[in-house]
Amino acid sequence: MVKTIKGIAASDGIATAEAYLLVQPDLSFDKKSISDADAEISRLQDAISTSDDELTKIRDTAKESLGEEEAQVFDAHKMILADPEFTGAVEQQIKDQSVNAEQSLSDVSNNFISIFEGMTDNAYMQERAADVRDVTKRVMAHLLGVALPNPALIDHEVIVVAHDLTPSDTAQLNKKYVKGFVTDIGGRTAHSAIMARSLELPAVVGTDSITKDATEGQTIILDGLNGAAILDPSDEDIKHYQKLAKDFADQKAEWDKLKNEATVTADGKHFDIAANIGTPDDLQGVIDNGAEGIGLYRTEFLYMQSEELPSEDDQFKAYKKVVEGMSGKPVVVRTMDIGGDKHLSYLPLPEEMNPFLGYRAIRISLDRQEIFRTQLRALLRASAFGKLRIMFPMIGTLQEFRDAKKVFEEEKTKLVEKGVKVSDEIQLGMMMEVPAAAILADQFAKEVDFFSIGTNDLIQYTMAADRGNEHVSYLYQPYNPSILRLVKHVIESAHKEGKWAGMCGEAAGDNIMVPLLLGMGLDEYSMSATSVLRVRSLMKKLSTADLKELAERAVNESITNEDNKKLVESYINK
Amino acid sequence: MEKKEFHIIAETGIHARPATMLVQTASKFSSDINIDFNGKSVNLKSIMGVMSLGVGQGSDVTISADGDDAADAVAAIAETMTKEGLAE
Repeated sequence: MVKTIKGIAASDGIATAEAYLLVQPDLSFDKKSISDADAEISRLQDAISTSDDELTKIRDTAKESLGEEEAQVFDAHKMILADPEFTGAVEQQIKDQSVNAEQSLSDVSNNFISIFEGMTDNAYMQERAADVRDVTKRVMAHLLGVALPNPALIDHEVIVVAHDLTPSDTAQLNKKYVKGFVTDIGGRTAHSAIMARSLELPAVVGTDSITKDATEGQTIILDGLNGAAILDPSDEDIKHYQKLAKDFADQKAEWDKLKNEATVTADGKHFDIAANIGTPDDLQGVIDNGAEGIGLYRTEFLYMQSEELPSEDDQFKAYKKVVEGMSGKPVVVRTMDIGGDKHLSYLPLPEEMNPFLGYRAIRISLDRQEIFRTQLRALLRASAFGKLRIMFPMIGTLQEFRDAKKVFEEEKTKLVEKGVKVSDEIQLGMMMEVPAAAILADQFAKEVDFFSIGTNDLIQYTMAADRGNEHVSYLYQPYNPSILRLVKHVIESAHKEGKWAGMCGEAAGDNIMVPLLLGMGLDEYSMSATSVLRVRSLMKKLSTADLKELAERAVNESITNEDNKKLVESYINK
Repeated sequence: MEKKEFHIIAETGIHARPATMLVQTASKFSSDINIDFNGKSVNLKSIMGVMSLGVGQGSDVTISADGDDAADAVAAIAETMTKEGLAE
């Protein structure tokens, strides 16, 4: 029977493959008294050694397909398995209390988990609780004789079906065989959705029920364009979607032709489309999609993927690679944006009631200056190898920008005195994401070299709505005239002082937002690399003369987000 | 029995990679090796034991080794402590 499951279209594309259920099996068990402790211990040892063999295999596969970094977690798991305090305690309890291995394993493991989770001042240790949990699950599955999904071992084409995909789940997926994913929960900005877009894999999220609807090995058509999964499709369905897939591929081929072209509107105005990146590995995607620069290099990944503060040299190498790789095209680097929902295991931050309103980004950098200075030195050294620009995140007051700039100048002077080569043309800008700064943009514009509008945070702070809270997600309103007025004020303030303004949030690549931004004269549009060609193709069809009037109406006449969506849609359809 | 005291200077204490290195070093020796901190003593060959101690910056710990290769073990551990920036 054909069954269609609706969800949210999270990443474009269409794929057909077998379902692979990435769901946790039932690991419940009964507590039993046992009489033969030796037999029980040998059952435990068998389960441990099978788990260890499995982990070796997973680690080797992961190392090959995903890289050393992702494989390391399995080494940590192996170390726990080999730990005399852990396995020794499980064996001891089997002997002392005459209980089955399942019960003993569960008790010992819970004991360690509660110790680690109790270290609330140390996020790193709290994360180790997750490792203990993972290892326990594996041994438990072998004791109970049930199969545990091992996504790292997938060896044929599949569509992954999951309740949710965590970053570590996604890291374990072999991109060669995974053709797409579909989940029960999540929205367009969920980690799994962002990941899918950067991998160019179709994805559908928020179906509510896919893990209950789909069965292992069942054929699934995943429609990432319209947000649907078709289970057990008929021949007709398959034919229909083959055509859709072909149309999509044709359109992409059409976009690909624009790869080496400049971004020019129908009336001959030139704009810059740049890409957002997280690591130097993303560089290839930027080049493949013909971006005219990097508008946002999120350096926090350097910090998040490391087990300690990255050294000046490690940072220098990463920045240099990006700046050099762009061969003279501009690279805007954002200094460390930690805090909010981004944590470092080795830099525990105090627990806060409102982390997004708390100790984060430039507020940390100005307080913990040794971290900030190390990053600035690495950036300054890298500036000699291309066109580097630096921007500070979460600037709310002019004083913060002045303080950050002063630290930058001090480090620059010190390096120059030492004879280190640094560029003299580094532009210093700021993210526009705090409403207080956006409102005062005319004053900021006198002192900065550029603005880059971060829409997700600007919207969340302006609407006073936590972007991760689904109960208030209706307030994520990028076209709301209140947001557009701020955006317009920021752009005009920059232009008045002869500076430029860009945007580096999701909205910069949005089909409704782009015409409005063109109408307001935004200079630079930075987005996921995979959106660059679509937006370039869109801009080619638009004429800025008409859009100026459209933007005026959106800012001055419209009242709601919906008004503006309709306004732009009716303009485009005309 | 060989004993040696260390004053931990690493900002994050004994955790993560340095803890792993200590356990790996200890595991190379046949002697029984313990780390004492704050009245508790755990097996230095156990990553979970070492990490559950939660040794922070500025703490004093004692390493003791008992067995044929005790002296070599303590020397190797001292070397790892310095190399990993845990203690001076």
